[in-house]
Amino acid sequence: MNFYLRTLRRDLRIHLRGLSEVINPLVFFVVVISLFPLGLGPSPQQLSEVAPGVIWVAALLATLMAMDLMFRDDFSDGSLEQVVVSGQPLLVFVFAKVTAHWLISGLPLVLLVPAVGLVMFVDGDRLQAMVVTLLLVSPTLSLLGAIGAALTVSLARGGLLVSILVLPLYVPVLVLATAMVQAAGSEADTAGYLYWLLAALLASITLAPLAIAAGLRLAVDR
Amino acid sequence: MLKWFHRLGSPKTFFELSAKWHPWLLALSMLSLTSGIIWALLFVPPDYQQGNSVRIMYIHVPAAILAQSGYMMMAGAAAVFLIWRMKLADMAVAAIAPLGAAMTFLALVTGAIWGKPTWGTWWVWDARLTSTLVLFFLYVGMIALRSALDRQATAGRACAILALVGVVNLPIIKYSVEWWFTLHQPASFSLTEKPAMPAEMWMPLLFMVIAYYLFFVTALLSRLRNEILNRERDTEWVRKWVAAQ
Repeated sequence: MNFYLRTLRRDLRIHLRGLSEVINPLVFFVVVISLFPLGLGPSPQQLSEVAPGVIWVAALLATLMAMDLMFRDDFSDGSLEQVVVSGQPLLVFVFAKVTAHWLISGLPLVLLVPAVGLVMFVDGDRLQAMVVTLLLVSPTLSLLGAIGAALTVSLARGGLLVSILVLPLYVPVLVLATAMVQAAGSEADTAGYLYWLLAALLASITLAPLAIAAGLRLAVDR
Repeated sequence: MLKWFHRLGSPKTFFELSAKWHPWLLALSMLSLTSGIIWALLFVPPDYQQGNSVRIMYIHVPAAILAQSGYMMMAGAAAVFLIWRMKLADMAVAAIAPLGAAMTFLALVTGAIWGKPTWGTWWVWDARLTSTLVLFFLYVGMIALRSALDRQATAGRACAILALVGVVNLPIIKYSVEWWFTLHQPASFSLTEKPAMPAEMWMPLLFMVIAYYLFFVTALLSRLRNEILNRERDTEWVRKWVAAQ
């Protein structure tokens, strides 16, 4: 617990010092969403219809943009290697890193959703569903993205590759989340979707750290 | 039995043994593919609904089966590599990825060609097509990761991890896409022909599936042999073999 909290605190402190790097993915999120009314036309009805999908895809892409923050700095200054060889439980380290990352990238995205939902004319029920789904799924996104980040951390320019590796893994949660938002909009029962999203979250919490830790060990193993 | 399997894990032994199998497999696969295609194109009765355009099924369905089967093989080889550190298994993962990607691409393209006369559209976002497209992206990701990581030791294990993560995700992708897409758009055309077909139609299909498997294994063997020569190029036996060519 101590190691977890210490790593979490250290990571948050580092991220909050370089705040501009943290803000960039959020700005990207807002900018990408703003492009759609410019590209599709300003009709509120059309925008409201496409809004859940657009906001979701923008959230996925913003999360992927932020993936570089997770391991790259630690890898390049050698502290990742120190942690791996130190004998401290690597899984705990991974959990702490992912938690810190989620706090500075996933959680702000969730807080931004009401604002962007407003400009995309998303109404009460669907907006609520969108916030809930993004809240549930953003840890999953961080965890799955961390798998890609860990496997490519030793590469100089791994950014686009992480997207190619991780986006197929995001497909199930994207499909389930947009289905839930649409079901909420048409007054259908959303409990089933909630359970599935929770199941995806729990499965990633239990299984993803194994892959992430394995990837980190590979990265420092030369 | 286990000893034979272990000996097979040595690249040199595998190379020598496969040299004997390869010509036979090549002959058998070419023979079965040709006869299967001739059977499918000329001797199968035209479908009462689709007419002659049903014949592309004999190219499309085996390709789709091999696409998924190839991913399972790749994941199996990845697991063997991670658990037993068998170098040949890592070479198998590297060799299967492009083959599987090609099969998936063939399935997608022939499916589109089949769809145009029968459904009136090149593409539709239904469950099976979408999950096959995602399978293609998974293969491409595997190829991309391997080419990005240049050091062989880490490349092998990283790709093996990715293969295993993908194989865990594959049924989830299939299930979720199928569940969601069939809720909103029921499949108007089922792509599983086996039960609903008369014997004159499913027998050539089965034959073509076997032919495709033979072809896949033959191509895999060729690629494996190539990969062995490439990776073991500094060893004595490879130098001797190359000099003797």
